[in-house]
Amino acid sequence: MFRTRPDHRPETVQVFVEGRALMVPEGSSAAAAMLIAGLPAMRETPVSGSPRLAWCMMGVCFDCLAEIDGIANRQACMVPVAAGMRIARQHGAREVPR
Amino acid sequence: MTVRRFDAMVIGGGLVGSAIAWGLRREGLSVALLDEGDAAYRASRGNFGLVWVQSKGLGAPWYQRWTRQSAESWAALADDLAKQTGLSLGLSQPGGLHLCLSDQEMKDRETRLEQMKREAGNYGFDYRMLDAREAREMLPGLGPAVVGASFTPYDGHVSPLALLRSLHHGFTALGGVYLPNVKITGIATAPRNFLLQTNLGTIQAERAVLAAGLGNAALATHFGLKAPVRPQRGQVLVTERARAALPMPTTTIRQTGEGSIMLGDSVEEVGFDTRQSQPVMAEIAHRAALCFPWIGKLNVVRAWSALRVMSPDGLPIYEQSETLPGAFTANCHSGVTLAAAHGKLLAPMIARGELDPFLAPFSAKRF
Repeated sequence: MFRTRPDHRPETVQVFVEGRALMVPEGSSAAAAMLIAGLPAMRETPVSGSPRLAWCMMGVCFDCLAEIDGIANRQACMVPVAAGMRIARQHGAREVPR
Repeated sequence: MTVRRFDAMVIGGGLVGSAIAWGLRREGLSVALLDEGDAAYRASRGNFGLVWVQSKGLGAPWYQRWTRQSAESWAALADDLAKQTGLSLGLSQPGGLHLCLSDQEMKDRETRLEQMKREAGNYGFDYRMLDAREAREMLPGLGPAVVGASFTPYDGHVSPLALLRSLHHGFTALGGVYLPNVKITGIATAPRNFLLQTNLGTIQAERAVLAAGLGNAALATHFGLKAPVRPQRGQVLVTERARAALPMPTTTIRQTGEGSIMLGDSVEEVGFDTRQSQPVMAEIAHRAALCFPWIGKLNVVRAWSALRVMSPDGLPIYEQSETLPGAFTANCHSGVTLAAAHGKLLAPMIARGELDPFLAPFSAKRF
């Protein structure tokens, strides 16, 4: 279902999606990295637990919330990848940071 | 155009108007609920959602009592609406805390609640002042800036948007006639006979309830009534959803059933200016983080402002017109807290055609 853009992007960076190392084009968003990784869902909603995948990819729908480098509920489509970035699924509502 | 006739018309489709219209319909009256549309200031869309007793009615025990009666009727209101609509309002009334950030604030708070208890007389008013340790046991995660809190068992919170939706849904399910986007172009009045020319045709009713919020100020004069209300701006910040962390609301901070944390309670006298202002938003966030340092680590995802409907002394206005009986005003800034009183206590009085004497102090003659 998901295909990467056809243009030539030779530069890649290594990120970790759900702990798995993955090379993605430089300049990709963390949400794109999760799509490249082939995850069936990125998060479960806090209220009903229903699974969600990135939808708008432009910062509006909040369906791509993910835990990025240990910070919960980030809009993965708005975060450009960086070498070594750790991207994990968001399971329901975040814990409050105490 | 044909004239549509009703036992009652309620002007204003916000929380006050729709609670009264719902209550009138339950009394068996035919009711038209006239809603202006999104051109209105829509205080009911900006509400914080507290069902709040502990700060209300200092020096005015009749208001304290009215608020208490509403809080006590709230569970029944939520129950009635849930049965009718199948929608949950997320009502929770575990009591509430008012957090104090200095010894002076604690002293002032205690003085205030002592006076309220005195004024409650035989009716009673339970409260407790909690030291920092006790407050921390009730609300984990309180910051070191909190020196104590006051607690009353009557307080709670609810989803104000779900309430508005449920009242509208419940009202129409009972056979009430909801008319949105109404523009009033002419008003003709006689005792117990009110005729409105509108863009949707002519509407006639024996009773007219003015519940148009800030719009009541101008509307009331046509009905031999006074409603000297002014806008008072409040701003609200909302965080991302988080797991349940706050077992009860405070005066300015609550966690919704879905997990969002709402921060609010600013007060600004800026007329009809509905913009937000960065310094006030920063102050709200700063105070919230002083109360609960962990809130400072959450993302704020939404913010808005809305205009409270304020009378000169902050208390509601309820009155039947002397020159045009059948016309009533209903104004308040606590459309959520008082929704149960409006739907279950006030509406039956309006249906009967007479306000109970204990509502006399709410007449606009006091101004």
